Amino acid sequence: MDSVLSWITFLPIVTAVLLLAVPKEREGLIRGATVLSMALTFIFSLVMLANFRPIAEMQMIEQAAWIPSLGISYLLGVDGISVFLILLTTLLTPLVVLSSRHAITERVKEFHILMLVLQTGMLGAFVALDLFLFYVFWEVMLLPMYLLIGVWGGHRRIYAAVKFVLYTIVGSLLMLVAILCIYFDHHAQTGQYTFSLLEIYRTSFAPARQMWYFAAFALAFAIKVPIFPLHTWLPDAHVEAPTAGSVILAGVLLKLGTYGFLRFALPLFPAAALAFQPLFLTLATVGIIYGALVAMVQTDIKKLVAYSSVSHLGYCVLGLFSFNLQGYAGSLYQMLNHGLSTGALFLLVGVIYERRHTRDIAEFGGLAQVIPWFTVVFVYVTLSSVGLPGLNGFVGEFLVLMGAFGENRLAAVISAGGVVLGAVYMLWLAKRFLFGELSNDKNKTLKDLTAREAWVLAPILVLIAYMGIQPKPMLSMMEPSLKLNLEAVSRPGRAGHSGGHGALIGADRERWALAVMGTEYRRDTASAQGGVQ
Amino acid sequence: MNVSYLMWIPLFPLFGAIVNGFLSILTAHRKEGPPKALVAWIACLAPAASFAVTVSGFLALAGMPESSRWLSQRALDWIAIGSLDLPIGFLLDPLSSAMLLFVTGIGSLIHLYSVGYMSHERGFARYFAYLNLFMFSMILLVLGDNLALLFVGWEGVGLCSYLLIGFWHEDPAKAAAGMKAFVVNRIGDFGFLLGMFILFWTFASHGKGTLNYHEMQAQAGLLTPALATAAGLLLFLGATGKSAQIPLYIWLPDAMAGPTPVSALIHAATMVTSGVYMLARLNWVYVMSPDALMVVAIVGAATALLAATIGLTQFDIKKVLAYSTVSQLGYMFLGVGVGAFSAGLFHVVTHAFFKALLFLGSGSVIHALSGEQDIRKMGGLLKKIPITGRTFLVGWLAICGIFPFAGFFSKDEILWKVFSWENAAAPWLGKVLWLVAFVTAGITALYMTRLVMMTFFGKSRVDHHAEHHLHESPPTMTIPLVALAVGSILVGFLGTPDIMKMGGNRFDKWLEPVFAAGQAAAHGDGHGLLLADGHSSATAPHAGADTHGTADTHGTGTPNPVAAEHAAGGTHAVGEHGGHHNAGLEWGLMLASLGLAGAMIGLGRRLWVTSPEVPVRMAQSFGGLYRLVFDKWRIDELYAAAIVRPLVNGSRKVLFAIVDQRVIDFAVNLVGILAKIGSYALRFFQTGYVQAYAFVILVGLVVIVFLGLRPF
Repeated sequence: MDSVLSWITFLPIVTAVLLLAVPKEREGLIRGATVLSMALTFIFSLVMLANFRPIAEMQMIEQAAWIPSLGISYLLGVDGISVFLILLTTLLTPLVVLSSRHAITERVKEFHILMLVLQTGMLGAFVALDLFLFYVFWEVMLLPMYLLIGVWGGHRRIYAAVKFVLYTIVGSLLMLVAILCIYFDHHAQTGQYTFSLLEIYRTSFAPARQMWYFAAFALAFAIKVPIFPLHTWLPDAHVEAPTAGSVILAGVLLKLGTYGFLRFALPLFPAAALAFQPLFLTLATVGIIYGALVAMVQTDIKKLVAYSSVSHLGYCVLGLFSFNLQGYAGSLYQMLNHGLSTGALFLLVGVIYERRHTRDIAEFGGLAQVIPWFTVVFVYVTLSSVGLPGLNGFVGEFLVLMGAFGENRLAAVISAGGVVLGAVYMLWLAKRFLFGELSNDKNKTLKDLTAREAWVLAPILVLIAYMGIQPKPMLSMMEPSLKLNLEAVSRPGRAGHSGGHGALIGADRERWALAVMGTEYRRDTASAQGGVQ
Repeated sequence: MNVSYLMWIPLFPLFGAIVNGFLSILTAHRKEGPPKALVAWIACLAPAASFAVTVSGFLALAGMPESSRWLSQRALDWIAIGSLDLPIGFLLDPLSSAMLLFVTGIGSLIHLYSVGYMSHERGFARYFAYLNLFMFSMILLVLGDNLALLFVGWEGVGLCSYLLIGFWHEDPAKAAAGMKAFVVNRIGDFGFLLGMFILFWTFASHGKGTLNYHEMQAQAGLLTPALATAAGLLLFLGATGKSAQIPLYIWLPDAMAGPTPVSALIHAATMVTSGVYMLARLNWVYVMSPDALMVVAIVGAATALLAATIGLTQFDIKKVLAYSTVSQLGYMFLGVGVGAFSAGLFHVVTHAFFKALLFLGSGSVIHALSGEQDIRKMGGLLKKIPITGRTFLVGWLAICGIFPFAGFFSKDEILWKVFSWENAAAPWLGKVLWLVAFVTAGITALYMTRLVMMTFFGKSRVDHHAEHHLHESPPTMTIPLVALAVGSILVGFLGTPDIMKMGGNRFDKWLEPVFAAGQAAAHGDGHGLLLADGHSSATAPHAGADTHGTADTHGTGTPNPVAAEHAAGGTHAVGEHGGHHNAGLEWGLMLASLGLAGAMIGLGRRLWVTSPEVPVRMAQSFGGLYRLVFDKWRIDELYAAAIVRPLVNGSRKVLFAIVDQRVIDFAVNLVGILAKIGSYALRFFQTGYVQAYAFVILVGLVVIVFLGLRPF
C-alpha cells in the first residue's frame, strides 16, 4: 500500500465527517462506526508495521504539493522513532472508546466525533514531516482535548480545561513564530522557501539564533511533556478529564512533547541542544524526584498517577539529553511503556470510579477481598510502572539510567533515587487501595472486572509482558533511526559514544540530512521536479 | 561447554507458577479453590525437576577438567542496543552449581512441607504460584551468566518476598511488612544499579561494554582500584538490602509476617544469601579493592553482633530466628570480607540446612499450638511433639557450633580465617573482628539455648485451649524436618579443616577454580589459575610470606588484597604448606569456641530451666539497657524520625502545598487572569455549545484543505 500513512491519518477524521450526518439518537450506530473505523486504522497501522524495514532513513514517504507558492507540502513519512508511537496511538484510541461505553452517556455523538478528530491530530503529528503540516495537526489535537475535559469533565472542569489550553497555547504560539523564523532563515541561506523538515535538516543555523529557535520549540514541547516546573496543568487536566481523556492524554499526548524534542528540537538545533543540556538534565532530574515525592502524598488516585507521569516523563527527558544511544533508546522505550502502563492505570481507576464515583484513596482499602481480578491486574500494572525486571518498565528505566550514567553521573545517581521513590508511592497506593481491612461498607458489594473491561485491558497487559521479555526485536527496529538521529549532536566518527558531542555542520550536516531523507524521498523529489520541467 | 538443558532448571518452576497462578485467578470468585492435590503435585514436582536437572549438571561438571569446568547456554536475546548486549544466558560452574544444589534441594523440601502447613488455606494455589515464581527467580539469580540477569532474579525474588510476606493481605500490618521489605530492598537496588553502571561504562569506554561475568573478568585490568572500590561498595549496598545487613536489615524481622515455610525458604535459606553469592560471583572486583572488602568485613561483624544481642531479648519464636538469621548472614559477610569467599559460602550452605530446619521446626511448633508464637506460652514440648523436638535440637546444636554438626565446621572456618587475616592497613583489625565474632558465637549459643529451653524443656506454660489441640505435624511436614536434620549433621563434613585430616576441605576445593581465576584476573594474570611464586611482583612477597608462616605479621607493608586472601588460606595449597606452624593455634581456637558454646549452653540451661526467675531479675536490674535492646535498639524509630517522616511531611507541606500549589500555580493563574481580561471582548465566541465548536473546527479544516487542493 503506497499511501498507508494517509489512510492511517485520515480515516478517523473522514469517519468523523460522515458521523456528522448521523442523527445523534442513533448511538449504537455512532459507537459501532467509531470502533470499526478505529479498528481499521489499527489494521492499517499493522500493515505499516509489516512493511517497515529496520533502516535509519525515512520510509513510506508520501508527498504532494499543497500550497507550493508558500513551500508548504503534504509530506508524510515514518522511521524507527515514530513507528511504535503510531502503533501506540492506533491501539490505545479504540480501547479507550470501548472502555467509555458506560462512562459516556451524554452527547455521545459529539464525544465520538471529537475522539476521531483527536486521533487524526495525534497520528498526523507523528507522521508529518512538513513543519506547517505538523503545526496544523499539533493544533488540531488541542481543541478536542479541551472539549473532552471541559464538557465531560468533573466539577472543576472549566478551570482545568482553560489551564490546559492556556499552557499549551503559549507554547505553541511561540513555536509557530519559531517555525516561521526558520522558514525565512532557511530561505536566506538556500534561497528556497520550504517547510519540509527534511530540507530544513540540511541547514545549519547560526548558533546564536539556534538558541532562540530551540527555546521556542523546547518551551512548547516541555509544556506538553510536561517538564518541571511547567507541569501544573497536568494534575488538574487528569483529575477533571473523563477516563478516555486521561488515557489519551497520558498515553499519547504527552509523548508528542518528547517526540517533538527527538524529531525537531534536538536535530534541528544541535548546538543549542548541547548548550541547554545542563538545564534539561537538571530539570529532568528534579522532575523525577519532585514528581515522585509529590505523587507520594496525594489523596486522589488520579492525581497520584498524574504526578507519577511527571516523574516517568522525567526519565524520558533524562534519556534524551544524555545524547547517547542507550539514553535515546531508553527514552523512546519509556515513552511506549508509560503509554501502556499509565494508560492501563487510568483505565483501572476509571473502572472503580464508574462503580463508586470517588477517587479518594481513603474511601478504599481491602478491595482485594472483593475484586480479586481487578487486584491482580492493578498489581501487575503497578509492577510495570515501578520498573520490575521482566516487565516493560524496567527496560526503559534501565537504559535511560545507564545512558545518563555514561553522560552525567550526578544526574544518574540522583535520578536512580526515583527507582526507590517509585516503589514507595505505587506500593503505598496498592496497600491503601487494595490491601488491609475491608472497612468501608460501600466497597463490600463492588463488582469485579466485567468481560468487556477485561478485554479492553488484555492487549495492554500482554504487551507489558512482551516488551519486558523480548525488547530486542523492537529495539533493533528503533536502533538505526535513533543512531542516525543521534549523529546530529555527535562529532563525526564518534557517533554513539559519550563524550563525542558536537553539532554537525557544513558538509557533514548535509551528508547526515541526506541520510535521513533516504533514497525514497530523494527519488520522489527528483521525479516530481522532473515532472514540472 | 555449551549445553541446551540448563534452561529447564528455571523453566519448570516458571511453568508451575503460571499454571497455579491461572488456576488461582480462575477460581477467585468460587467458594473453593482448585483441587489441592492437583496444585500440590504441580507445585512440588516443578522444583524437584529443577533439582534433578541441577544434579545431572553438577555430575557433568565434576567430570570436566578444572580449567574449563563450566556449562553455558544462551537461551534468548533480551536487551540489545548498540554495543550493549544482555542475553538471557545461563552459566553453571562450581559456584552456581553449589548454590543451585541447595536452592533447588531445600526448596523442594520446603514445597513439600508447605503442602501440610498450608493445607487449610483458601489461597493454597496462590501461595504455591508465588512459591514457584520465587524458585524461578532465585534460579535465574544464581544461574544467569551476566550481572543484569542476576538483577532480574534479584528483583524477582524481592517481588515474591513482597507477595508472600503480605500473603494474608487482609491484615494491614502484614501488607505493610511486605511493602517495607520491597522498599528497603529498593534502596539497596539503587546501589546495585549504579555499581552495575560503573562496571559497564568502565569496560565500554576502554574495551568491550559488557556485564557478562566471563567477559568482565577477562577485562578486569581496566578497572582502577578507585573504581573497583566504588563499584564494590555500591554493589555491597545492594547486598545489605537483600541480605539484611546494617543499615538495611530492618525489613527482615518484619518479614516474619509471612507464612513460616516462606521464612524458612526465602528469609533464611536462599534469598537472603544472594548478597553473599553476588560478592562471591564478583570476587575479582573485591580482590581489587581491599577498602571495599574491609567495609564488608566490618559491616558483617557489626551486624552479627547487633542482631545477636536483639535475639537474646525477643519472645516471638520466629523473631528470635529472624535476628539469628541476620546475625548469621553477618558471619557470612565477615568471611567474605576477609577474602575467604569459600568460607563465607560454606556457611551459606550449612546455614541453609540448619536454619531452614529451625524455621520449619518453629512452624511445626506453631502449627501444633494452633498459631501460638510466644515462647513464654510454650515449654516442655519435646515429649509432646517428639519428631519436631528432636530435629529442632539438631538444628540448635548445629547453629551453636557443636562438633560434628554442620555449623561447627563453617563457623569455625570463618573464625579461623578472620583470626589469621592480614590486613596491611590495619593489622589489628583481624583480631578485633575475630573477638567480635567469637563473642557473637557465645551470644548465639546463649539465645538459641534460651529459645530451645523455653520451648521444649521445663514446665509447660501452654494454655488449655492449645494444649487440647496439641499434635505432632503430618508426614508432609515431618519428612522435610528429618531430611534437613540429616543434612545439618552431614553437610559439615564437606568442609572439614585440613588439620583434622578427614579428607580436607572438599567444598573449598570444588570452588577453587572460580576464585583462583578471579584472583588471577584481578592481578592481571589473565590465564593463570593458581598464583606461582614470583610470577608477578605484586604477588611475590605474599607467596613468600605464606610459606614462612603467617606467624610473622610484619606483613611486608603492601596493602595487596592477595595477602588477605592467601593469608586467610584461600587455597588448598597454602593450607598444607603454610598451615603447619599454625596447627596448634588453630586447634586451640577451635577448642576455645567449642568450649564457649558448651559453656553458654550450660548457662542457658541454668538460666531458663533450672532457675527461670534469674533472667527476669536481670532484665529488671538492667531496665534501661534491656528495654533498648528489647526495642531492637530503636533503629526503626530512628529511621522513621530521621528519614521517613521528614520526607513525607516535606513533600506534603512544602513541595505540594507551597511549591506546586502556591508558587507555580500562582504564576500560571496570574497569566490566566490577565488573559481573561484581555479576552473579554472575545467572549462572544464562547457559546458553550459543543456543536458550535465542532463546526468551527470543521470549517477551519475545510478552508485549509481547500487552500491545499485548489488548482493553481
